Amino acid sequence: MDIACGIKEAVMARNILSVDDSASIRQLVSFTLKKEGYEVIEAVDGKDALAKIQGVCVDLVLTDLNMPNLDGIGLIKALRAISSYRFTPIVMLTTESHTDKKEAGKQAGATGWIVKPFKPEQLISVVKRLLG
Amino acid sequence: MDENRQAYREEVHELLGDLEDALIELEQTPDERDLIDRVFRAMHTIKGSGAMFGFEDIAAFTHTIETVYDLIREGILGVTPELISLTLASCDQIKAMVEEPQGGESADTSKAQEITDAFKAMIPAEDENPAMVPAPADDLKKEIQDNTAQITYRIRFRPHTDIFANGTNPIPLLNELKYLGDAHVICHLNNLPELTDMDPEACYANWDIILTTNHDVNAIRDVFIFVEDLSDIDITKIDEGSEIDQDDYKRIGEILFERGDIKLNDLELMLNRQKRFGEILIESGKVNRSVVQSALAEQEHVRNLRKKRMVQDTTTNIRVPSHKLDAMVNLVGEMVTMQARLTQIAHQKNDPDLILVSEEVERLTAELRDNAMGIRMLPIGTTFAKFKRMVRDLSTELGKEVDFITQGEETELDKTVIEKLGDPLVHIIRNSIDHGIELPQKRKAAGKPPQGTIELRAEHSGANVLISVHDDGAGLDTDAIFKKAVEKGLASPDASLTDKEIHEFILAPGFSTAKNVSSVSGRGVGMDVVTSSIESFGGSVEIRSVRGNGTTITLKLPLTLAIIDGLLVTLGDDLYVIPLGSVVECVELTKKERKRAHGRHVTKVRDDLVPYIYLREVFSLGSPKPAIEQIVITQINERRIGFVVDKVIGEYQTVIKNLGKLFKNIDGVSGATIMGDGTVALILDITRLIVHAEDEDCRIA
Repeated sequence: MDIACGIKEAVMARNILSVDDSASIRQLVSFTLKKEGYEVIEAVDGKDALAKIQGVCVDLVLTDLNMPNLDGIGLIKALRAISSYRFTPIVMLTTESHTDKKEAGKQAGATGWIVKPFKPEQLISVVKRLLG
Repeated sequence: MDENRQAYREEVHELLGDLEDALIELEQTPDERDLIDRVFRAMHTIKGSGAMFGFEDIAAFTHTIETVYDLIREGILGVTPELISLTLASCDQIKAMVEEPQGGESADTSKAQEITDAFKAMIPAEDENPAMVPAPADDLKKEIQDNTAQITYRIRFRPHTDIFANGTNPIPLLNELKYLGDAHVICHLNNLPELTDMDPEACYANWDIILTTNHDVNAIRDVFIFVEDLSDIDITKIDEGSEIDQDDYKRIGEILFERGDIKLNDLELMLNRQKRFGEILIESGKVNRSVVQSALAEQEHVRNLRKKRMVQDTTTNIRVPSHKLDAMVNLVGEMVTMQARLTQIAHQKNDPDLILVSEEVERLTAELRDNAMGIRMLPIGTTFAKFKRMVRDLSTELGKEVDFITQGEETELDKTVIEKLGDPLVHIIRNSIDHGIELPQKRKAAGKPPQGTIELRAEHSGANVLISVHDDGAGLDTDAIFKKAVEKGLASPDASLTDKEIHEFILAPGFSTAKNVSSVSGRGVGMDVVTSSIESFGGSVEIRSVRGNGTTITLKLPLTLAIIDGLLVTLGDDLYVIPLGSVVECVELTKKERKRAHGRHVTKVRDDLVPYIYLREVFSLGSPKPAIEQIVITQINERRIGFVVDKVIGEYQTVIKNLGKLFKNIDGVSGATIMGDGTVALILDITRLIVHAEDEDCRIA
């Protein structure tokens, strides 16, 4: 799978996994990223996300923190435990009022964060910073 | 998506309700900060969430309103009833937009445009954001750009070995820096362990980046925002971009020492050797090769930058301390004097070769003089700029509306003249605002626009520069001035004087017709101070005024004060210089003619009667006078006055030398000049001589 990922990276569009229980945010994220030429896989919560990554190669994960079933922190920890996701950039969506959550996310292994509410331009700039 | 849109709709309705309450209250108490903040916050939320939920049109629409309220919060704009009604109208518009199921596309867009335009009209030009789309929020990439300053930073980025563990890839960060400006990236691998000890999942590299950018330091910090905790980031400003550069950028040892890469005693030790410093360092093993390379890169980067800047600078301007220029002008003056002497000797010896050389030298000297003078010329605009502020402050203080226009800022004038010009102009402009421009109501009643205009203009006119201050105010009250002049004994009550002559009384010392003495002007000091200081450097003042239409005061100034063209004349055995700028013509005065005038000092020049001043009398010369004397006729402020001298010698390049302190109170002589043979010629101060003669006449009368 790792080798497949490497080849894919070189020739195809990057895959981004968008994890959020709010459909409107997922739609906004998908719309914005697809416009920039990224492929987007959507998942409604952490559990769904872990199921969706089976058999595909993900270059970046974008996850909300407050979600049913498996929350963002849990998802980050679970992903970092998978060897092929140890170095994958993971961006969490936080709100300004939850600085402790942000800390927890960083501890769990998040690469970066986006503060909600955000504008499409901000999202793109963060994704570009991490994917190059 | 739809339920979120619905949530947004509900939120907007709530916010609009609160907004309307706040606006009504704000109308009653326009200075209430809390209310302004409330309006701003509501607009901000409507705008911010609008963009997130697909109501881009609402976000765009509220953007301009938010900008206006931001300016109000900063105190740049004030709350007006129009603003309140406009904001209320925009509330209705937002309501209509949010209610449209399609997100407001079919709401009345022309009305939205109308409101937006009205708000835009309130924003001062430089504050207007041309982009209607909301800019990205501050916590991410700051796009503040200052195009003028290119600042160079040294960025040392040392990731901790575990930086990969959270999914960070340093390479895109370095690439992002390259987008910010001209970047040199140097990678250090000196921490790389032996292969057997190496952890393939650890980061052993660190980077130095030399970046020249017009973004501010926050833009650089933003790039590293996600890795702040996982690396050491050190950003140092190493080149300001604007300041005057030292001869060269730092030596490599200095750079390394400043960065803390090398100890001072190691540095000194190395400096004693002969090889290229960087190589010695590497050989000694004190520092790693890549460290030296990095320092070299910094050196080269900044050197190139400065070289580029220097090329730009040399093609535009060189700064020279003014005293160096003064010294040069003095030397040119000495040279002009010596050249006069050379010419004299050449003609005495009557040696054709020497005459040829002296003529050549004369030509070169004249050219050198003009060039040296040209260097001392400064555009007058620098003085004009400070008046803008003064006019603004004064007019607000007096409750008058004044539009201040300047013209001819590029007009060049000798720097010494410019320096002396500031105070007189302040007096004149103050007078124009205080006495000239009327209050808005009065102007309206007179059928003029409520806003008065003051125009400051500079222009060349031959060897002079004319500076005029024109106002479209009330104009001078000729009757009042005449009455006052009679009161002060300056004119006899039955004298028939032209308006122009009457207006000139305001230049007399202690003359003021102002009924109320204000803090601004009208205490009777002012115009006479202006006149005397302008005349002290060979200028003159002219007044033109039409009652009800305004006043123009024109200052006529010589281009330069250091070297002038003069007319060399003799009186007895002595030489005098009359500034050529004011000389119109020379005529002869015979004994016969003097008799015909019956002792009055008047002569007839082409049917005009021209009064003259008999300089022999003024200077009390006893020596016998020649049979035919000469009258040098000068023109000052459109008045022709002759000066009787023994003989006119001719034009002379006059280097002005100030008289010593002992002679500073002498009236009628403005300076002296040294002739080719070493004798001294006095330079006559024509305007003072005329004033002196008039005083004398008055006393006799």
